[in-house]
Amino acid sequence: VCIHRVRSCSSIRFIKSKYVCVFDKSALKFSHQQRLFRTSPVSCGQIVQFKLSDIGEGITEVTVKEWYIKEGDSVSQFDSICEVQSDKASVTITSRYDGIIRKLHYSIDDIAFVGKPLVDIEIDASKGVSPEEDVVETPPMSHEEHTHQEIKGHKTLATPAVRRLAMENNIKLSEVVGTGKDNRILKEDILNYLAKQTGAILPPSPKAEIVPPVWKTEAVPAAPKDKARRIPVPVSRPIAFSGKDRTEPVTGFQKAMVKTMSAALKIPHFGYSDEVDLTQLVQLREELKPLAEVQGVKLSFMPFFIKAASLGLLRYPILNASLDENCQNVTYKASHNIGVAMDTEQGLIVPNVKNVQVCSVFDIAVELNRLQSLGSAGQLGTSDLTGGTFTLSNIGTIGGTYAKPVILPPEVAIGALGKIQVLPRFNGKGEVVKAQIMNVSWSADHRIIDGATMARFSNLWKSYLENPASMLLDLK
Amino acid sequence: MVLPSLKNCLWLPCVLRTPKACFWSTAGGGLIIQSVSNDVYQNLAVEDWIHDHMDLEKQQILFLWRNSPAVVIGRHQNPWQECNLRLLRQKNIKLARRRSGGGTVYHDLGNVNLTFFTTRKKYERMGNLKLVVKALKTLRPQLDVHVTDRYDILLNKQYKISGTAAKLGRTSAYHHCTLLCNADKFVLSSVLKSPYKGLKSNATPSVPASVKNLFEEDASLTSEILLDAIAKEYAVRHQIDHHITLINPADETLLPGISNKTKELQTWEWVYGKTPKFSISTCLNMAYKDSVLDIKVDMDVKHGRIEACNIDLPEQWLPPGLYSELVKSLTGSKFCPNEITMLVTTLLKVCPQDDELHSRWSLLCENMIRLM
Repeated sequence: VCIHRVRSCSSIRFIKSKYVCVFDKSALKFSHQQRLFRTSPVSCGQIVQFKLSDIGEGITEVTVKEWYIKEGDSVSQFDSICEVQSDKASVTITSRYDGIIRKLHYSIDDIAFVGKPLVDIEIDASKGVSPEEDVVETPPMSHEEHTHQEIKGHKTLATPAVRRLAMENNIKLSEVVGTGKDNRILKEDILNYLAKQTGAILPPSPKAEIVPPVWKTEAVPAAPKDKARRIPVPVSRPIAFSGKDRTEPVTGFQKAMVKTMSAALKIPHFGYSDEVDLTQLVQLREELKPLAEVQGVKLSFMPFFIKAASLGLLRYPILNASLDENCQNVTYKASHNIGVAMDTEQGLIVPNVKNVQVCSVFDIAVELNRLQSLGSAGQLGTSDLTGGTFTLSNIGTIGGTYAKPVILPPEVAIGALGKIQVLPRFNGKGEVVKAQIMNVSWSADHRIIDGATMARFSNLWKSYLENPASMLLDLK
Repeated sequence: MVLPSLKNCLWLPCVLRTPKACFWSTAGGGLIIQSVSNDVYQNLAVEDWIHDHMDLEKQQILFLWRNSPAVVIGRHQNPWQECNLRLLRQKNIKLARRRSGGGTVYHDLGNVNLTFFTTRKKYERMGNLKLVVKALKTLRPQLDVHVTDRYDILLNKQYKISGTAAKLGRTSAYHHCTLLCNADKFVLSSVLKSPYKGLKSNATPSVPASVKNLFEEDASLTSEILLDAIAKEYAVRHQIDHHITLINPADETLLPGISNKTKELQTWEWVYGKTPKFSISTCLNMAYKDSVLDIKVDMDVKHGRIEACNIDLPEQWLPPGLYSELVKSLTGSKFCPNEITMLVTTLLKVCPQDDELHSRWSLLCENMIRLM
């Protein structure tokens, strides 16, 4: 058996080498190679040297720019192998075989030569019965009968691409009339066969091949045009889920977040929630919005929330403090740099409005606009993102009512604002009225802040918002 | 001459599975299409789509398109080497990486793009460029334009008015080129000048050239006139009607899968992540208190991410623990100012609350971010 193998191996290689170096010889000869390998009784595959084919315009050498595969990867016919560049032209080289990559002959930035080996591919001869063979019902062949297939006494010629098309549409090649040379079955013949079956005129539509993805980690979506051509035969198939798990390293900003959040969890949090009636504020904002718009500023509710928080911090400065690592000292920060949590594509960022204690509501709105537009453009600077002393998170813009926010070190408190809902409430006269209700959930560092302080701060903040006129009395 | 094609389609008596089939099949060996969009990503996606899905055996395609301000780099280029990314971000000019090779170009509505789609066998750039030159000369016989052997088109033998790039796949290929009609030369020259020093890479470099707009040579020329002339010449060459079909790159029924292609072209992984491996070796000049510090920085960037990083700080300038934390966090991060800004500001939260330390950290980080 061993000797036989060697002999058949060498004869295969000899015949093969004639065809490998010429790129666009008829596909017939290619299919001949495939047939050969499948019938080999050997379990180890044959190593084929896949040579760099002609680029055109008389070009003889190219630079290898990117490999899409590495040694040991398995490839299918038409998968992209590498990208080469020659004189402003970028060329995608695709595999002619199914198999396993055994050797890359070049590294990135090497010069590769047309006609010389690019990669070595081990053709998998021991692969199970190919689906194409199922369709054409080929009996196993000896390697003398390489050019034709015997099907019930008729010889059927077709390229692998045509066979695949037939298989996808559940067509037996023996039933298709070939109109090519030597009665070869062409793609048009399959399409005509399909058209006759369904009675529709099929358009000269786009190619059947699915373009392989550049990134191997993503599952390949089926090309929608295939659906258009398939005969609508209801077949109950087991639902196969072909999704794959994907593992990515934690890098960059995410890594920093891991560190911060781990530190944050060391802080003993306690939570305090309450409900705020914003009916009057909603009305006030409606009146003030056009005044701001005239000056080119979008006025949301946040400037009011931020200013009210700052007024509260004046009364309860411990909420604007910082505890050092050893819990030895508490630093009461003079500036109220109130952070506003923003959700961006990159993740959660918290730019802060500096010195709210000396800003008007309008000033805060202007600054918020600036931070928001920089944030969405991904252009926030370091000074915008550092120095925060207290944070408000408006998760309500996305949804939700109650939350349990996590304090951002080195701060000691944070508030999460739910969405504003219209709910029925009793007024002073005991009547049911429509009220604009928002929930707030505070979290604070229990090492230096007690529940009573948090509750009093929350009540004060709430009172400013429920009765905005009262803010006037305390504005500095 | 320009007709919305789909309206025509719906009235044809043939039985079709999808209206798109009628759109794509024409009598004759060629089809001329023009994009209604000025979005560079959408238009590049159309090129990808045609390249991947169209059977070009029976007909070749000419695709005409224009973009709102954008810088387009070649497949294997390094954006940091090719253009002023800071300026692009400030001016809100988009950055795109195309799939064809070649150098960097600046696009705006005064710069016209032409893509010639053929089968791989029929790929032939010289012929296409000669067609463009013939169209220009037919339009204005006194124009001194010719094709060089570098596949550029020169005006008055001096000024480059067209650059070329190409993409070859398994069975199809395309060759696209620009044509300078009336682009903003001032913006062009400022965005295509890279301020980044100390870059070492094997990425394809662009070859700078003096450029001139055709409008400056002949003020009666507009982008529309030029596009029309080229379409006419193409129609003559392929013996088809001089008829330009409009195409909407957002039309998913006409171009199934196009929105995915458009999205892919906009991802950071494609635009920046496909940059060939490069290294930076430079010096930060930081003014701190009363002195100026010279800090040597070395970084290796692969797939747009920092693979290795070394900053030569004076001893104890930053606590060693913090320095190693910085380097550890930078490694694996995107070489992107926004990502690094977010990273360093987040790291600062878990640092000791020392004003001196904070100001040193901010100074160093801001200088590092300027490299990106």
